[in-house]
Amino acid sequence: MGEGKNMNKEIEIHPVTRIEGHAKVTIHLNKDDTVKEARFHVLDFRGFEKFSEGRPYYEMPGITSRSCGICPVSHLLASAKACDAIVGVKPPRTAILLRRLMHMGQLIQSHALSFFHLSAPDLLLGMDAAPETRNIFGLIEQKPELAIQGVKLRKFGQEIIEKVAGKRIHSYDWIIPGGAKWPLSKQNADYIRSHLPEALDIAQKTLKMFKSCLSSFEDEVENFGNFPSYYLGLVTPKGGLEHYDGKIRIVDAEGKIVADQLDPDAYQEYIGEAVEPWSYMKFPYYKPLGYPEGIYRVGPLARLNIASHCGTPLADEELKDFKKLGKNGVVQSTFHYHYARLIELLFCLETIKELLEDPAILSERVSSKASVNNEQGIGVAEAPRGTLIHHYKVDAQGRIVWVNMIIATAHNNLAFNKAVTQVAKRYVKAKQLQEGMLNRVEAVIRAFDPCLSCATHAVGQMPLHVQLIDSEGRIVDQKAR
Amino acid sequence: MSATTVKLKIDNVEVEVPEGTTILKAARDNGIEIPTLCALEGLTNYGGCRLCLVEVKGAPKLFPACTTPVSAGMEVITNSEQLREYRKMTIQLLLSERTHVCSVCVANDHCELQSLANKLGVDHSIFERNWTRKEIDSSHDFLVIDRNRCILCTRCIRVCDEIEGVHTLDLKQRGRKAEVIMDLDEDWANSCSCTSCRKCAKVCPVGAIYVEGEPITRTKNKDVAEFILTRRKRK
Ligand code: SF4
Ligand code: SF4
Ligand code: FES
Repeated sequence: MGEGKNMNKEIEIHPVTRIEGHAKVTIHLNKDDTVKEARFHVLDFRGFEKFSEGRPYYEMPGITSRSCGICPVSHLLASAKACDAIVGVKPPRTAILLRRLMHMGQLIQSHALSFFHLSAPDLLLGMDAAPETRNIFGLIEQKPELAIQGVKLRKFGQEIIEKVAGKRIHSYDWIIPGGAKWPLSKQNADYIRSHLPEALDIAQKTLKMFKSCLSSFEDEVENFGNFPSYYLGLVTPKGGLEHYDGKIRIVDAEGKIVADQLDPDAYQEYIGEAVEPWSYMKFPYYKPLGYPEGIYRVGPLARLNIASHCGTPLADEELKDFKKLGKNGVVQSTFHYHYARLIELLFCLETIKELLEDPAILSERVSSKASVNNEQGIGVAEAPRGTLIHHYKVDAQGRIVWVNMIIATAHNNLAFNKAVTQVAKRYVKAKQLQEGMLNRVEAVIRAFDPCLSCATHAVGQMPLHVQLIDSEGRIVDQKAR
Repeated sequence: MSATTVKLKIDNVEVEVPEGTTILKAARDNGIEIPTLCALEGLTNYGGCRLCLVEVKGAPKLFPACTTPVSAGMEVITNSEQLREYRKMTIQLLLSERTHVCSVCVANDHCELQSLANKLGVDHSIFERNWTRKEIDSSHDFLVIDRNRCILCTRCIRVCDEIEGVHTLDLKQRGRKAEVIMDLDEDWANSCSCTSCRKCAKVCPVGAIYVEGEPITRTKNKDVAEFILTRRKRK
């Protein structure tokens, strides 16, 4: 740690607790101690793409879902869809309904984790609370009821996955190219149905509570990655909220639809992937705008920004309120990812109800048989954190020869850096790193709910490291927690 | 059954078995379990995996129970501290020799190597793992061989030769370079002797040979030994 007088400084925040993966933030200061820019570095790399080469295509759902312990089901689905394309069959309708049902379970599980376990401590205990108590345990102590509801909702999401597919964390056995291995039993359908009302109640109450305290977060709303960008995600043919199928829509900061019903299979035509030497994670961008101008965001906020409607009554009501927060219905502040997640929770629960009402959900026909017919396949799904793309090429025997994955956290990579810079500009002023400032840098990262372990295809826990670097590249302060 | 029998002690239990019986069979027939991998009832024993090693009092070395015949007055120990250590080490060697990633393997939860590792308390490996990247042969219509998971037990080779009677499969090379091959090292799809009977997949103790798209529980159902024995008797 140097004593910089006239130098630009860089602040580094080490371990960001409560996010998945491994990351480092460097804050670059100008000579007058103001923030020039902040960079979000991703350091770990495990290379799932390389690892997969030579493996039979049908192993991919299992392999790739293991790149992430938080949203394995989304990888399963994107991967299974890519495999469907390789064998060139359409799964039976029931299999699609069940895959959707399972996906809803995943979204609930992940959103509940993100909101109640990871973010609620910041939101409800205060950003300046000591880090020792600003976690789920502190929350349980101070708001036991809310914490318990969060645990319940998350468990319900996990149970749905389990009831549909068997195992809780990695249910890759159930998904197969062309459909699924076994149908849903009436008993399991009844179980899910009977637990829906309580889950809906929790979701509604939490949303109400969140809205009522929104006004106390004006500062955060204003400064948490509040910037214009494009938004990208899947929509239904009519432009509604979609998580499993659908086509890509891109909306600009003004709410104008720039591109609609783009074929996900042609993603390479409109999504470019840039590389920076200081991060292992690629930087996807919208091609027509170039790099880095083609910055866009994905995930819950983006999905609500691009969707014209949700398609379920309660969520549609909430969406109307939500859209009022932004110009032309486009909400820019990264802080509102939290809000969007809660609305999606509602949507998921309502969708589950609809899915279970469909008589076809209990049909026994759940798979279409076929073998390798095409030399490549692309599968796209909306993971809890945003658009997930799996793209495989295989040889004549069905062995993987090439893989490309763009995961949600990578789509948001450019936006991350922008958001962290914005927060740093607002909260980093003194020469040293203060707790409240570190918390906010950390919290803005968490607002995106990044899943870095899969973003870099790494496995493990992510600590965060913040460094303060001067204009001559010297580290003048750093902090790791 | 041979008329003459011999008496011996296994783990201090007096047993009487027909002459020529292997230690393994003598033990099992008397309710004493010895871990095995390469042995499969109904096939000729081969003594390759060394998991069934036992101590014989008065002898300086260890004997594979599956290929050693009993003799009168023998005192066999099947479960000493030393044997338990050796068995653990053998499993570790098998796990480290090639690429075993149970979580993404077709045989997960139905693998004999995995369940033995659990049973014997192998929770880590003292050997560095090799992470082989051998090419997978999925050219056959439905049979697949992933040699990265093969533990060279040769059960597939023996069943193909002794039961199906076509000897499509065999080994090439030696030691850890050894590989199961089809005919004269052809792709499986080009093998002219294979009858696609699936017996090799049935007997493979791990996820090395399997039937694509078929649940492993169906391929490796429990009656393998019985099935083989019945086929044997029919000859
Ligand atoms: S399918 Fe039958 S014939 Fe072919 S290799 Fe296997 S055991 Fe031998
Ligand atoms: S393929 Fe299976 S049965 Fe054949 S030698 Fe290897 S492990 Fe044994
Ligand atoms: S079972 Fe005896 S050596 Fe393999």
